[in-house]
Amino acid sequence: MKPVHDIANGRLSTQQIQDNFSDLHPPLTDMQANAEAARCLFCHDAPCIEACPTEINIPGFIRRIAMGNATGAATEILSANIMGGTCANVCPVEELCELKCVMNTAEHKPITIGLLQRYATDHLFAQETQPFQRAADSGKRVAVVGAGPAGLACAHRLAMHGHHVDLFEARPKAGGLNEYGIAAYKMLDERAAKEVQFILDIGGITLHTGKALGVELKLAELRSEYDSVFLGLGHNAVNHLGLDGEDSPGLFNAVDYIEKIRQQDLTGLPVGRRVLVIGGGNTAIDIAVQSKKLGAESVTIVYRRGQQQMSATWHEQEIAQTNGVLINTWAQPIAIQHDDNGLTGITFEKTRLNDDGRLEGTGEQFELAADMAFKAIGQALDATAVGDELRDLNIQRGRIVIDDERRTSLPDVYAGGDCVAGTDLTVAAVQDGKLAAEAIHKGFSTEVQHG
Amino acid sequence: MADLSCNFAGVKSPNPFWLASAPPTDKQYNVERAFEAGWGGVVWKTLGEAGPPVVNVSSRYGAVDYNGQRMVGLNNIELITDRPLEVNLQEITAVKKAWPDRAMVVSLMVPCEESAWKNILQQVEQTGCDAVELNFGCPHGMSERGMGSAVGQVPKYIQMVAEWCKTHTYLPVFVKLTPNITDVRFAARAAHAGGADAVSLINTINSIVSVDLDQMAPQPTVAGKGTHGGYCGPAVKPIAMHMVADIARDEQTRGMPISGIGGISNWRDAAEFIALNCGSVQVCTAAMRFGFAIIDEMTNGLSNWMDSKGYRTLDDFRGQAVPNVTDWQYLDMNYKTIASIDPGKCIECGLCYVTCEDTSHQAISKTKTADGKRIYTVIDDECVGCNLCNLVCPVPECISMVEVDNGLPYMNWTQHPNNPMSNT
Repeated sequence: MKPVHDIANGRLSTQQIQDNFSDLHPPLTDMQANAEAARCLFCHDAPCIEACPTEINIPGFIRRIAMGNATGAATEILSANIMGGTCANVCPVEELCELKCVMNTAEHKPITIGLLQRYATDHLFAQETQPFQRAADSGKRVAVVGAGPAGLACAHRLAMHGHHVDLFEARPKAGGLNEYGIAAYKMLDERAAKEVQFILDIGGITLHTGKALGVELKLAELRSEYDSVFLGLGHNAVNHLGLDGEDSPGLFNAVDYIEKIRQQDLTGLPVGRRVLVIGGGNTAIDIAVQSKKLGAESVTIVYRRGQQQMSATWHEQEIAQTNGVLINTWAQPIAIQHDDNGLTGITFEKTRLNDDGRLEGTGEQFELAADMAFKAIGQALDATAVGDELRDLNIQRGRIVIDDERRTSLPDVYAGGDCVAGTDLTVAAVQDGKLAAEAIHKGFSTEVQHG
Repeated sequence: MADLSCNFAGVKSPNPFWLASAPPTDKQYNVERAFEAGWGGVVWKTLGEAGPPVVNVSSRYGAVDYNGQRMVGLNNIELITDRPLEVNLQEITAVKKAWPDRAMVVSLMVPCEESAWKNILQQVEQTGCDAVELNFGCPHGMSERGMGSAVGQVPKYIQMVAEWCKTHTYLPVFVKLTPNITDVRFAARAAHAGGADAVSLINTINSIVSVDLDQMAPQPTVAGKGTHGGYCGPAVKPIAMHMVADIARDEQTRGMPISGIGGISNWRDAAEFIALNCGSVQVCTAAMRFGFAIIDEMTNGLSNWMDSKGYRTLDDFRGQAVPNVTDWQYLDMNYKTIASIDPGKCIECGLCYVTCEDTSHQAISKTKTADGKRIYTVIDDECVGCNLCNLVCPVPECISMVEVDNGLPYMNWTQHPNNPMSNT
């Protein structure tokens, strides 16, 4: 038996790793796309549209595909959701549009809307054309803080309306979690970076990387320098287990490691022989599956509630299971086992719901040995991490409070994406950015009329 | 098990499914493959006069696809056989000898001269074939030379040539009719008057199936140019059945054997043509789309359906739909149906609602429950029973047209008070 702390790279050949990180769902061929588009009934008042946070006209774009007009289909998608390309790859369609597709009732098989959306957007991006035009310069200037999906969507919509946007990003690259947080097998080939470039290509957006709120940027200054401000801050902190030894070598935040997987050469990336993942969301699935794809011998997800309660969708759970990941439910970590060199395992206590429906430990314990473990128990906005920049905003439960138009408690400051309450989905962030931009634009237009 | 055997104007075949005169019946090789597959008979691709054969072009076919389905309609610009007459006659002889139980009908097209018809009939008789079919329908190429539909569009020519043929051969004479006319009954009556034993219809319909938007030319495109071709396949079946029904219920041609042609692709299509009094059915496009193996489904499907209905032979149901084909003016104005939607089967696509709302009578209401479920309900007082919702609904038996007993007696348009010509 190998000693503990078996964390190493090169568990698989370069070729094997490449194969493992190839496309999760290969793109549709023309023939598949035509056949699938022909299945769509072109519903009236389609339930799929209702289920899409960005309200893409799904039957409309599918009909365009069916009629040999994939460019028009992509334009239809992107006019509702400028990150329709990413969303086609990362949206939990099984819980959104595809869940509501009437073909579930008719044939127990929805139209594969996500794959059709990808077919259309891939077609457009391959042409390297720009379907959107910027309106004449309005003279208005907006600061957008955070170049993730919310910020990019907001910036694009504002630019379309002719406003100038200064887009600030703390990290070296724009894209947010599309660039740093999506499982590598879901978004290949610099897709995120290309999408950012496509969005910036409309013009009128100046990207400033390496500019963080509370460090280089002050909200008060932005408010005085710009006509409006949009905050798409995302999360800046991860949740903790609150156990001793949480800083043991071998115990990682899942999001940090996912970022490495996206940004580093995979063959040089070490992974444990026996891997544990704590959590029940899509991040837990992503890190578990990718650990397996990097060559981990055994990967076990441990979640404190049941499979039904996991926020990871059934489709995501299925991906984990078909990749050989074990999902162990109703157990919570109570102690981190480590020696001088680092993590050796985690002790869990079995859980159940008590009569009040609250989670409680049963007292029964077990230990799982591990060379490496990941925490994937949620992320948060830590307002204190950006100094006192957010002190004037109404913040509840670690989220900025906004109204339907995505306006914060400050009239000229809007917010969206993961820093506000919601589903934390890319598609929802895009909708926040889009709606905020429309509200900002409407405000400017009203000013002009009254002016 | 039902007996599918067929006796059409004296021509016998083990089943009513014949391959129509067309590319699939151009050669011994193809026809023997068809017989091996189980086809009941063939009409050999049209023979012309002895001498240099016609020349065909490339390409020859164009098609209409619909919503992912290939070849809903097919058109062609091919002419009659481009092989020497002697070769065809030898092969017909050999095939008939090897397959004596199958119907062997030979299609003919020669110039409009009695001697030409007499001459070819004498040669064709030598093959041992069962009948001849006069091709008065081909709408392209040959018609420009005074043959094919150029004959079929002039009833007196039809009668004249039919008379010649009946004079010069003992073989049963079938006349194949063109649909490229205003009223097919005139052509059928002429064939009948000329002594023809049967009519076959329809031949193909003048058509341009598509325009190649890159070449800016009709398809099929021959060196950048195209021409009208003959249209066939499932898309033409309704036109064919209307013409068949017109002949079946015409006073002068009633009872004349009809070989039905036009988009027949499966057992049900065949049953429909037979119900309109066809004695045999001819198939081409479906075979060109899938190969000869489709005959298996056709015979099996027809047989099973006949068993389910208690029909022992084809004659048991032949022509049974004819008395129910009438003129619009004799339809019952007092008959009323309204649509009914089964909410248990509804999948909430909303197509019934939007098509009624946009294009019909605003007779379906839409409500949404608190949990977002869409409920579509027919507004009985607004529904005219047009049947559109039933046709667009993708779910079988979700929408049904329910007869309303309004207590009113039969009243047709000739009796209706709104009719200025009413006789009551």
